[in-house]
Amino acid sequence: MSKVKVARKSTRIDMTAMSDVTVLLLTFFMLTSTFVKKEPVQVTTPASVSEIKIPETNILSILIDPKGKVFMSMDKQGDMVETLTKVGADYGVTFTPAELQKFKLLPTFGVPIKDMKAFLALKSEQQDKVLANYGIPTDSIDNQFKVWIKDAFVANSELRIAIKADQKTPYKVIKSIMTSLQDLRQNRYNLITALKNETAKK
Amino acid sequence: MAEIQSNEGGGKHKKGGSKQKKISVFVDFTPMVDMNMLLITFFMLCTSLSKPQTMEISMPSNDKNITKQDQSEVKASQAITLVLAGGDSVFYYTGQPDYKNFNSLKLSSYDANGIRAFLLKRNADAVAKIEDLKQKKLDRKITQEEFTKQASEIKKAKGTPTVIIKANDRATYKNLIDALDEMQICDVGTYVIDKWSSSETFLLKNFRTRGSLSNNIAK
Repeated sequence: MSKVKVARKSTRIDMTAMSDVTVLLLTFFMLTSTFVKKEPVQVTTPASVSEIKIPETNILSILIDPKGKVFMSMDKQGDMVETLTKVGADYGVTFTPAELQKFKLLPTFGVPIKDMKAFLALKSEQQDKVLANYGIPTDSIDNQFKVWIKDAFVANSELRIAIKADQKTPYKVIKSIMTSLQDLRQNRYNLITALKNETAKK
Repeated sequence: MAEIQSNEGGGKHKKGGSKQKKISVFVDFTPMVDMNMLLITFFMLCTSLSKPQTMEISMPSNDKNITKQDQSEVKASQAITLVLAGGDSVFYYTGQPDYKNFNSLKLSSYDANGIRAFLLKRNADAVAKIEDLKQKKLDRKITQEEFTKQASEIKKAKGTPTVIIKANDRATYKNLIDALDEMQICDVGTYVIDKWSSSETFLLKNFRTRGSLSNNIAK
């Protein structure tokens, strides 16, 4: 029996086409996506049928966790610095340029103003850990939240307020936030919701 | 790992006496693909593709200086008050609160047979018109702008109900969003989130005790 001769073929696969595809996909992802902001607390937003998208820029988002802790984030770093300086001035705290620089890079902030200096001195990994324990005080005796909002609007008057709250948040908290905003004559907000596919059954 | 394969010396392809070396260029793209895949994975995990949905609401001003003239009064016949209580329960009453009859407050639910059915019935006129309009838009008879304009006119027309949403402290944010959602589904143009008042507390208590409080009034 003669051996069947197997032709020696090189096993090299041409990866050019594969590379083309991956580059295409990569370009797609880079162009369409927006980065997820790191949030100190996990928030599940309630679903709604509303289809309005959130505006792109000038957003002041207010994050409310189920326990009623309030955090804020802004999309422009320049505004953040200005806001912190003003809030600091209101409470008699001055921040060094280094601290302002650190604050600028925070994705979300929400620390009582008296703890702000200590918080900014921490390393960023530690900041992430401890931030969830803080939250901006919103009670009527010490409503720092109101001051933050007021100063944010001084820094940038074209801000749009977006409220992102967990679905289990008690209405009491939402009410106090809305009352604070109404006191500042901010009467229009966007409530961030998830998409729900449901139509009226008629 | 680009490699240049020269055919000289192989002997196989040697043909005659052409002296020019045939050079085939083969670039190995495998590392490139590896890197791209890594980047794609990174982008897929670290980004969100869809922008979140939002609901736009306007709250009434808290200003104490507003005169009576500026305040909008709601006709009792058109008013529907949704009472969002704790434990995902929702009640509604129409017109003025009726302290004498505990049945004026009706228990409802957030699902399709609850407040939605009731509101759709109350707002049947506007809902039908909006449906018509939507169909027209689908048939490309009117543009998006016209649609928005006409829809808001229909929603704000006379005779459409005005919904007042009142939530107590035990209601959750989800309840509020659900209620606002129903406004959108049922094409209710005018609705407002109002503060909880003592009359709602009374009505709720009265409902839960099946009218004992109104009996007290009667005495």
